[in-house]
Amino acid sequence: MPRFFGKKKPRHPKKVRGASADRGILVFEHTGDVIRAEMILKKSGRSIRVMGPPPEILTGCDLVIEFPLIEELEILRTLQAEDILPLKAVPVNGPLLKPVDIFYTKDYGQFLMVRAANMKITVNKNTLTVVNISGGGCPDVPYLATEMVGKHLDTAPSPRSIGHTLCGYALQLAYEEIIRKCSQ
Amino acid sequence: MFAVVGTVPVEDFPLIFGPVTLAGEKLVIENRTVDINRGTPALLATAAQVCDFFGIPQPIAYLVGDIGKGSGSRKLYAYLEKTLSGENYTSLTFHYIQPDVDWHNRVLFSVHGMDICPVLIADAGFMYAAKMSGQAHAYDLFTPDIGELAFLADAAAPHPFYTRGFIFHDETRVAEMVEQAYAHKNAARYLLVKGEKDVLASAVGIIESISEPMIPSLEAIGGTGDILTGMAAAFTGMGKNIRTACLYASKISRLAGEMTQPDPGTQVIEIIKQIPMVLERFFSAST
Repeated sequence: MPRFFGKKKPRHPKKVRGASADRGILVFEHTGDVIRAEMILKKSGRSIRVMGPPPEILTGCDLVIEFPLIEELEILRTLQAEDILPLKAVPVNGPLLKPVDIFYTKDYGQFLMVRAANMKITVNKNTLTVVNISGGGCPDVPYLATEMVGKHLDTAPSPRSIGHTLCGYALQLAYEEIIRKCSQ
Repeated sequence: MFAVVGTVPVEDFPLIFGPVTLAGEKLVIENRTVDINRGTPALLATAAQVCDFFGIPQPIAYLVGDIGKGSGSRKLYAYLEKTLSGENYTSLTFHYIQPDVDWHNRVLFSVHGMDICPVLIADAGFMYAAKMSGQAHAYDLFTPDIGELAFLADAAAPHPFYTRGFIFHDETRVAEMVEQAYAHKNAARYLLVKGEKDVLASAVGIIESISEPMIPSLEAIGGTGDILTGMAAAFTGMGKNIRTACLYASKISRLAGEMTQPDPGTQVIEIIKQIPMVLERFFSAST
């Protein structure tokens, strides 16, 4: 049985925090670094969230990691051990952009499609094979499609592990949602 | 002559500039071959078939390898900034590229240095950068899907990933989202919204909706939007006005989809293969 036929995890934190004096953000050079850092920090049990950057540091395809300021040193040490360091760690001064958290699902009978923001993933419900990936505009989308289409959900690389951009991150959310739907 | 700018999902693919041709299921450019899966190669394969059909020069491609790390895109931006002002194109289409506002502005500045400004089309990552730059009005056509239209309608979102929840990605609210996109100056002169129903709109509202033939599976197939944009690039490149180009693009793409008899697992190359036959039928029926 595929690994995702297990227990359900909550998709997103129930409560969305606004700006808070005890939170900071980690700013990285590349979105791919954010994705890697998120994996490392979540694995080590840190209470962090991936968010949009404040307008003053917004350049384009950006994500930042929101973290409890009190844990800054330990978090930096954890990242340093994995050879990934942020450009800067700064306190949060205002509200951060919240990633999309609404999913659209289309059931085609034998196939199921899930969309998150601008990214769509479709699987064959009988074989649990990824049959199509569409939408998006960042250059890792065609790459992700090349790597994932034709593979079983259980063996396809996750967008988080090989993606580099916000479109890749949106596909990760759609991918998690379709796994959740297929496990119901 | 028209040109298309974009990326291929191969990290070490060098920056290449030149006419593209089709050889079986591959694109050929400067003695290199490129798989036609989706993205810019699918757009170019479509445009190349329109050129073949009408016997006009093949599209000029500006391509570079980028798997999302952005370094290929930055090389391409820099090349465009240096060279575009000396070129002469009827239409210029920007496609999959890492969105970067600063680089976008530098490239647009170079476009404005061209002797005659081409019809400017933006889709995918370059459309995101165009919106974020606040210079969407400099473009003649954007080709968003419904999620991307919601992003254009949201004044605050810097990427579709941050489109706020109250702006529904709902095909029944296209007119409202079009209005918002123009109100916030986040739309090109025309919008061709790709969806179950394709919608052509401008600042005055919806101009036309094309819903036939209706093939629901197409939404799931990666690359169908690239076919539509590729058609629009080719027809505007041939000198058709934007409205006619978009109507042709929508109808022919739908017919190619119908002829493929797709399911959501169909790959876009199967639809692209139908294009020559559909062009034949479409234009012999309309003459």
